[in-house]
Amino acid sequence: MSPEEGVMASESSAPRPKDDDILVDVRGLKMYFPVTEGVIISRVVAEVKAVDGVSFFIKRGETLGLVGESGCGKTTTGRCILQLETATAGEILYNGKDLTKLTQKEMSPIREKIQVIFQDPFSSLNPRMKIGDILAEPMAVHNIITDKEGRDNRVRELLSLCGLNPKFADRYPHEMSGGQRQRVGIARALALNPEFIICDEAVSALDVSIQAQVINLLEDLRDEFGLTYLFISHDLSVIRHLCQRVAVMYLGHIVELAECDELYDNPIHPYTRALLAAVPIPDPAVEAKRAHEVVKGEVPSPINPPSGCVFHPRCPLAVGGCSKVIPEFREIKPGHWVACTEV
Amino acid sequence: MATLLRIENLKTQFFTSAGTVKAVDGITYNVDEGETVALVGESGCGKSVSALSILRLILWPPGKIVDGSINFDGKDLLSLDDEAMRHLRGKDISMVFQEPMTSLNPVLSICEQLTETLITHFPISDKEASKKALELLEMVGISDPERRLDQYPHHLSGGMRQRVMIAMALSCEPKLIIADEPTTALDVTIQAQILELMKDLTKRLGASLIIITHNLGVVARYADRVNVMYAGRIIEMGTAQDIYHNPRHPYTLALLKSVPRMDLPRQDKLDPIEGQPPDLTRLDGGCSFRPRCRYAKDSCAHSFPELEAVDEGHFVACFEKDDLKEKERVAS
Repeated sequence: MSPEEGVMASESSAPRPKDDDILVDVRGLKMYFPVTEGVIISRVVAEVKAVDGVSFFIKRGETLGLVGESGCGKTTTGRCILQLETATAGEILYNGKDLTKLTQKEMSPIREKIQVIFQDPFSSLNPRMKIGDILAEPMAVHNIITDKEGRDNRVRELLSLCGLNPKFADRYPHEMSGGQRQRVGIARALALNPEFIICDEAVSALDVSIQAQVINLLEDLRDEFGLTYLFISHDLSVIRHLCQRVAVMYLGHIVELAECDELYDNPIHPYTRALLAAVPIPDPAVEAKRAHEVVKGEVPSPINPPSGCVFHPRCPLAVGGCSKVIPEFREIKPGHWVACTEV
Repeated sequence: MATLLRIENLKTQFFTSAGTVKAVDGITYNVDEGETVALVGESGCGKSVSALSILRLILWPPGKIVDGSINFDGKDLLSLDDEAMRHLRGKDISMVFQEPMTSLNPVLSICEQLTETLITHFPISDKEASKKALELLEMVGISDPERRLDQYPHHLSGGMRQRVMIAMALSCEPKLIIADEPTTALDVTIQAQILELMKDLTKRLGASLIIITHNLGVVARYADRVNVMYAGRIIEMGTAQDIYHNPRHPYTLALLKSVPRMDLPRQDKLDPIEGQPPDLTRLDGGCSFRPRCRYAKDSCAHSFPELEAVDEGHFVACFEKDDLKEKERVAS
């Protein structure tokens, strides 16, 4: 059974909310990148299956966490929703409209509503633009505020909203620290009054004391403006703090999806369990009591992923059948989905 | 246990056009034989510079060790000549760097990288060195080691490159290994593999380990003793138990409270440290944490608090250390 059918099954059972409550609905998303050979006569020799059949939905006002290790396809999933990549297959419904079928012109008003905060506060701001111009640009592009004075006022408002001095509008990015730049990134995402923000490793590059400030800011803004977040991160403790539901990705597939507390208290998929066991807890007494079972091996290449269940070469529970059958993404408890045959 | 490394009042400064950066501003600590000591702090607190100073890898200009002494195994490292220092680097003290992607030489095969250190320090033939390199790769758990010897760094994944770095660091059976953010660039499952490996191997060789990190979880899992650094100074020093269960400096306390913890019930809001770390060119004479400190008093501006013992082996640099607990209780 394919992941698309998995979603169909969820529609027939209880936990899927009414369509009106769902803001983003991703169905069977696939993103394959071609690997080419040859300079003059280039031909496709392989495909990187970055995202290989991913389905999930995000409710209005909800924060969904997308967690996984590097190369698992979490960022690509976010970029597909933003229409920065053209998906190979699948549907991305936003307020019921399939974004993959819209023209550029039809997409433009929706782009205002979907914004992104990037990971690296050093490379995601144009070094030649003043902070004020960085924040005013989206308003000018989308004709939100047409007069310069109105835009300047909005820039000052956005800066103070994000805990920055309005005078920073005249500064350049290099004059600011990492935490301050990330606040500018957040202010830019808010400039167009979005409904939905994709936070792609938005706090990963920051020091712990600054990270906590930015996490609190993201929470405050969510409450104030009723924002919906897709929070992409590799940091399991941050995901747990911020999200209502969490999806765990491995090599292009979602292997487990559940309510946040359910996922952390009762992880079922062996990969989720390995991931949680690998995170050190900042308390020596707790650490002394924990078993340090380390999952073996490394993540295989997405060009040539393992057959059957993609996790089977590293899995402690793997049996013969795991290399042959792609596990069904099934609902083990209400709202708790797992792709594993052995649990 | 005998003291292997003693650093006293080490000061390393960088003379730049923007002013003198006091990257390390008078730190003192010991590392005993076979012990794992962690240096914890946020970026720019001087933890990496203090480690590079031990190996005298500070590039002049602009950087210079301006004061202090580093005593390693009976030798004063700051008075050794360059030749003697070269003999020591990689042999008695070795280093594992953060970036496994950039710290291996891209044009040398794995075998050449591993044997270079061995041939520099020991009178052995190329053939013997290659044999030893193979053993090292097996020891650090690299699959298919014979084939890997002839490969180049770009053939290997991040985790494997870090294993090669560890193999290089261990090749001469050093007495001290300095690991500068050894797992920061790696994924959590690979991080767990690498840290377990480093712990096993240092234990087997009886080597001491200085681990530099900003990850409080890694410190809790692996360190015997912890030095917490802020703005070029050690502000609290003690066993892992002292630091995590009985922190006495407001910065340590705030740092521990600012990270979300997976083993405790979810908090409503995190408790961050407000403000920014200070500019190291503009340190005044007072406590450098003062502008961000909840318990700062006017007197904190007059002088920098010295590290003083609050318990056996537990040192804190804060004027308010004795009242911190009471204040914390009142505040909460």
